[in-house]
Amino acid sequence: MAERMNRRRFLKHGVALAGAGGLAATPVAQVAGAEPPDIAPSMRAPGAGMSEYGSPAKYERAVTRTFIRSQPGTTGSGASRTPLESLEGVITPSGLHFERHHSGVPDIDPTSHRLLIHGMVKRPLLFSVDALLRYPMVSRVHFLECSGNSQLMYQTMPPNVTAGQAHGLVSGSEWTGVPLRLLLEEAGADPAAAWLLAEGADAAAMSRSVPMAKAMDDAMLALFQNGERLRPENGYPIRLFLPGYEGNMSVKWLRRIKVTPTPTMTKDETSRYTDLQADGKSLMFTYPMEVKSLITRPSHGLTLRGPGVQAVTGLAWSGNGTITRVEVSTDGGRAWTRAELAAPVLPRALTRFRLAWKWDGQPAVLKSRATDDTGAVQPERAKFIADHGQNGVFHYHGIVAWGVQANGEVKHVYP
Amino acid sequence: MSTRDITGVMIGLLLGGCAASGGTAMSGGAREVPALGRPVTAAQVAGWDISIPPDGTGLPPGRGTSALGAPVYEQKCQACHGARGAGQPNDRLVGGQGTLAGATPVRTIGSYWPYATTIFDYVRRSMPYIQPQTLTNDEVYALCAYLLHLNGIIGEHDEMNAQTLPKVRMPNRDNFILMYPTKGR
Repeated sequence: MAERMNRRRFLKHGVALAGAGGLAATPVAQVAGAEPPDIAPSMRAPGAGMSEYGSPAKYERAVTRTFIRSQPGTTGSGASRTPLESLEGVITPSGLHFERHHSGVPDIDPTSHRLLIHGMVKRPLLFSVDALLRYPMVSRVHFLECSGNSQLMYQTMPPNVTAGQAHGLVSGSEWTGVPLRLLLEEAGADPAAAWLLAEGADAAAMSRSVPMAKAMDDAMLALFQNGERLRPENGYPIRLFLPGYEGNMSVKWLRRIKVTPTPTMTKDETSRYTDLQADGKSLMFTYPMEVKSLITRPSHGLTLRGPGVQAVTGLAWSGNGTITRVEVSTDGGRAWTRAELAAPVLPRALTRFRLAWKWDGQPAVLKSRATDDTGAVQPERAKFIADHGQNGVFHYHGIVAWGVQANGEVKHVYP
Repeated sequence: MSTRDITGVMIGLLLGGCAASGGTAMSGGAREVPALGRPVTAAQVAGWDISIPPDGTGLPPGRGTSALGAPVYEQKCQACHGARGAGQPNDRLVGGQGTLAGATPVRTIGSYWPYATTIFDYVRRSMPYIQPQTLTNDEVYALCAYLLHLNGIIGEHDEMNAQTLPKVRMPNRDNFILMYPTKGR
């Protein structure tokens, strides 16, 4: 309760720390009428009526998508980030799911939207949204991470922005839709075809090649996110969803799937979303997002109130499987303590970890390090940069470190 | 579905016979599909099939040269990509060859893109930003020729068409390491 009130006060008075929440520096003050023996004003008159579609509490208005940036001269070619430090659990509210668009959010009337499946198939087929809604569906909890998440970590200086602003191109949802395999089988996809092309109905006609093996494994045509139909900015009325793969491949506003013998080599799998290494070579088709974690609280821009027990929490995920271990260090990586993984721990899903830390008031460096069930361990940033160089944009998955100063302020650091 | 099935069975029983039923609950039926895809004609498919792979399959008739591309570029591309592809306010399209292993790599069509067909595919589907899919095929070929010529990859008078474009060898073609299917999932 004290934490909650404190958080509100922080959000009201701490606007300078955009996107930050909680762990306010100000001590809990007594508020007139809020404590016993006074009776709260909310109990002295009936409250508001019902609403058709609920909204967050007005006191939470500072919790928004953050670091919204567009290409020059555009409003919809860019990204917005999830405010990771303000959220809990492993499901991101749909309205706070990160966005990455290549030519804005199209307005698509589902009654006039069609999905075409063609190419190396026996029967080219056209599906209405209404038809797809009548197919058997599956629901899966998965993260979605933009390949360019944490891009600032390639820079020489630690990013002077919050956890969400630097690392919020990742979100978690329950996705529900039709297994793509069912539709490929209905169309009679050629078993010899190794690829398909997925294309959106946005103004970029954004397109990516997808391995047929993935399409026949766990790919789905997502129609619902967190129980309701997709939001426009997440691909309404249909998006491809490829669990664990870099977000760009989960093509939104899906209108066409072409079964092909080879990759199409679209702009977004050649000039973008390839990973330039220090030697000038580039890695292509780096599909799964690697094992990764970060502490979301405390984190950059938040302030510890004072020495004593701190609830450390964060998120871990791996596009290659299930998180098996998260370790936390409070001394910059010399000693590590295993954090508690909060159920549910699901494959290719955000996994919440927690650890109590007794802070002695001295400067400290907090880190988290995740391991997945393939045995892959999240590398230190220095190791990651040594392996990949600093010219990259995508797939940063090294360790994120937070420096805690004696005054309780927390900042991104490269220890 | 199960409620309807049960209702159907009950009505059938009430009517005093086995003839009427509400259908069959299919064993393992969670994966049975209703097969609602509608057949489409080749002409319908052709209207939507705009993707062009490196071998050029699907490239439409048409042609263009750098000289024809220059005025199209100046009118429809330059405001975002700068004079002669120099960039600003948006992506630079020309130059940068030899910079990829340095401290400040410059990624352009000429220095980075592995396939010339991608230029045709991308420009036709996505550009100009405010008016995608308005360029004629000749204009797209001409823009390909213009940008490839500015990057020193083809000659000033080389014509780009469905036969010549896939044959263009991009300088950075061999500097990509495939991570699928050899690595990863």
